[in-house]
Amino acid sequence: MKARRLVTWLGAAIVGGIALIAIFAPLLAPHDPFAQNLNARTVVPYWMDGGTTDHLFGTDQLGRDYLSRLIFGARISMLIGIMTVLTSGLIGITLGVLGGFFGGWVDDAVMFAITCRLAIPLILVALTVVALVGSSFTVVIFTLGLLLWERFAVVARTTTMQVRTLDYIAAAQAAGASRWHVLWREVLPNILTPLIVVATLEMALAILLEAALSFLGLGVPPPFPSWGLMIAEGKDYMFFSPWVIMVPGIALFILVLGINLFGDGLRDMLGVARAQ
Amino acid sequence: MTVLEISDLYVRFGEILAVRGISLTIERGQTHCLVGESGCGKSVTALATMGLLARGGVRTATRLQFQGADIAALDETAMSRLRGDKMAMIFQEPMTSLNPAYTVGSQMAEVLRRHRRLSRRAALGRAAELLARVGITAPGLRLGQFPHQLSGGLRQRVMIAMALLCDPELLIADEPTTALDVTVQAQILRLLQELQRELGLALLLITHDLGIVARMAHRVSVMYAGEIVESGPVADVFLRPTHPYTRGLLDCIPVPGKVAPGAPLGSIPGVVPRIRAGFAGCGFRDRCAQAVTDCAMGTPLQQASADHAYLCRLPREWTRDVA
Repeated sequence: MKARRLVTWLGAAIVGGIALIAIFAPLLAPHDPFAQNLNARTVVPYWMDGGTTDHLFGTDQLGRDYLSRLIFGARISMLIGIMTVLTSGLIGITLGVLGGFFGGWVDDAVMFAITCRLAIPLILVALTVVALVGSSFTVVIFTLGLLLWERFAVVARTTTMQVRTLDYIAAAQAAGASRWHVLWREVLPNILTPLIVVATLEMALAILLEAALSFLGLGVPPPFPSWGLMIAEGKDYMFFSPWVIMVPGIALFILVLGINLFGDGLRDMLGVARAQ
Repeated sequence: MTVLEISDLYVRFGEILAVRGISLTIERGQTHCLVGESGCGKSVTALATMGLLARGGVRTATRLQFQGADIAALDETAMSRLRGDKMAMIFQEPMTSLNPAYTVGSQMAEVLRRHRRLSRRAALGRAAELLARVGITAPGLRLGQFPHQLSGGLRQRVMIAMALLCDPELLIADEPTTALDVTVQAQILRLLQELQRELGLALLLITHDLGIVARMAHRVSVMYAGEIVESGPVADVFLRPTHPYTRGLLDCIPVPGKVAPGAPLGSIPGVVPRIRAGFAGCGFRDRCAQAVTDCAMGTPLQQASADHAYLCRLPREWTRDVA
């Protein structure tokens, strides 16, 4: 129990730390992440022979400071994660609550939409959209947001169904509450906890998908320092300069791990609180 | 003054007829008890009156009047303006009737702000006043608490206070004490009785407990399979139960001293049938010792006395013969 709590806090610390890094990126980065220096290409990181403290994580194939790019890359990952979750959460929760509360044909329509969404291959559609519209930060957010809502919808729908049969919903209606009030003030606050857990997991998924899209060259366009893009750009040099893919890879791994640990811990904590 | 008048109320859920043509009136300051087994349509009657039937429930009535005004034709907006204001309802489960996400105070204030457009401060003041009125000590403290911090009895008091916030004319209580233990039950019933006397409420009390009926009701309607099978002043019905079902119910009450230890308790064999559209005859005939083939044809509404009606083919004298 204690260890579990510790792991949750570790996850929270990782996410919080990376969020802080993202917010204060301009203050923390030692160099301009976009400034190229062709005289200092693939400088080895500090811990390898010939490394300098000037470039702690070395430089990439264009001589840009890798630590600075990593720090600014945290902004992109966090922003993609949060914005995607907000967009997909809005869509998914709205649909799920409506379906779960009203049932009947509304629910049928929502279920059909969820089934359709599940039948869509994620990466393929994301690739198609980006290929058609062109890649930009906003396009990635909206594509992912429009694709990742189904888990929100499923969870919101089932929890709403459970909540709507409880007496306090009937009691609120008996006290003259409007339908809007019942949905907004009675149902929503009581289904929020499982949705927060879903949000953390979806955020991790969105960050990984953005990295995958960027790696495929269809995510955030260069020269933005997205971690996925950094791996993609570094892959040609990985045999002689392995840190160019290791550093962003490990950063991605730590961030996603942190979010998942935090989300799992949150679920356990809230689950326990509920059982009591 | 008649507060609620219902004639020929029918409620159907698809093929199932949950309520079949019941009629009742409640006067100001009167308690009308609706009694019967689970599944006989008591709660559905209450919800239909409030216009809160679950999905798929269809309500028809020749007359549904509240304070002399027709409420059958009102739309959802107009009904929600009445609910919680002039007609209020208390539910069976105090444990789940309060929203766990809000404090008692904010839930109570919400009702007043909706119906009376009071400021938050004024609403909380009125809420505290009513909490004190229903016998809650330290109302100021309770207003800031969440439902899980209150006991079952306290929560039911909060529910009652909440129902009374806007001075309702009609209070519908759907098994308000079923989930509470006996001592708390007695307190809550006493409270309801006091409040009714003071405020002149019309109270529609739904219960399956005949002890509560005897104690609380002025009039009682016994429901069976969606119909009111017997209805009258409570003393009349209890002393001279005329419908076989009412008799059966009263025989089921174990009386200390009269029931020999080890002797089987009274029971009515069978369960309430589900009545589908097209059903004819007496709903109780499969469980009735007095049933004859004619019972499948239909049942007349007869008067046992001027104010006491029952729905059975048997003459009103039969009951005394059996007793």
